[in-house]
Amino acid sequence: MTQPVALHVTDRRSFVLSAAGIAALAVGLSGPAAQAQDAAAIEALLKKVVGDAKPAAARVLIDIPEIAENGNTVPFAISVESPMTDADSVKTVHIIATGNPQPDVAAFNFTPQSGKAYVSSRMRLGKTQDIYAIAQMSDGKFFMSKKTVKVTIGGCGG
Amino acid sequence: MTTKPRIKMPDNAKAGEAVEIKTLVSHVMETGNRKDAAGKTIPRNIINSFTATLGGKEVFSAKLHSGTSSNPYLAFFVKAPAATTEMEFTWVDDAGITISDKQPLKVG
Repeated sequence: MTQPVALHVTDRRSFVLSAAGIAALAVGLSGPAAQAQDAAAIEALLKKVVGDAKPAAARVLIDIPEIAENGNTVPFAISVESPMTDADSVKTVHIIATGNPQPDVAAFNFTPQSGKAYVSSRMRLGKTQDIYAIAQMSDGKFFMSKKTVKVTIGGCGG
Repeated sequence: MTTKPRIKMPDNAKAGEAVEIKTLVSHVMETGNRKDAAGKTIPRNIINSFTATLGGKEVFSAKLHSGTSSNPYLAFFVKAPAATTEMEFTWVDDAGITISDKQPLKVG
């Protein structure tokens, strides 16, 4: 009884290993040059939102699955730490999906009457990529956060 | 196309408490990236903006882009006012079609 089970495990492992090998190969092919280009493109995207400001990596929380089976609807929630008073509140939260054909996902505008800087929606993701959430506060400061989502089936059509 | 949006309001909010409102509207959210069978690009048609007002004053709004999924779902918070106040929800798409609905935010 134990032998078939052991065999099954071995098969699974070798399958996983070969799959990992293929993935590594694919990463190797895209190369460091492509990555450098990506980094510059991402920088440009962020700059479009924040201008010359340097957003601090704090206060913004992105709740999104690490692995999205279906890129057509990836549920996400963003919350930003803020008292949401007239003097100190979150004005806008921008969502950017860096690997999409059009990286802009949405921009959400809050008011002190919101009570809580929280929004939940669903986004499309064409492939595995980084998601950025950038919060602009009422005093003009920016905060941001980044999360990587692995996409099994892309959701941008072809 | 203009089906009634689904809006979930809290049953009874306490004044000053932040309560969650969930909205869902039916829309294809065509990205403009897809091609039809003949190879022609299907023009973009998405809901590009959403606004929620409380007693006529904007509380929450969103600019949506093609990265937002079809049948856009939006959940957000509103601080309950002192008394029951009407809220209005408005969606506008690229074709200029406006979908709107009104619901009272019950306080008590």
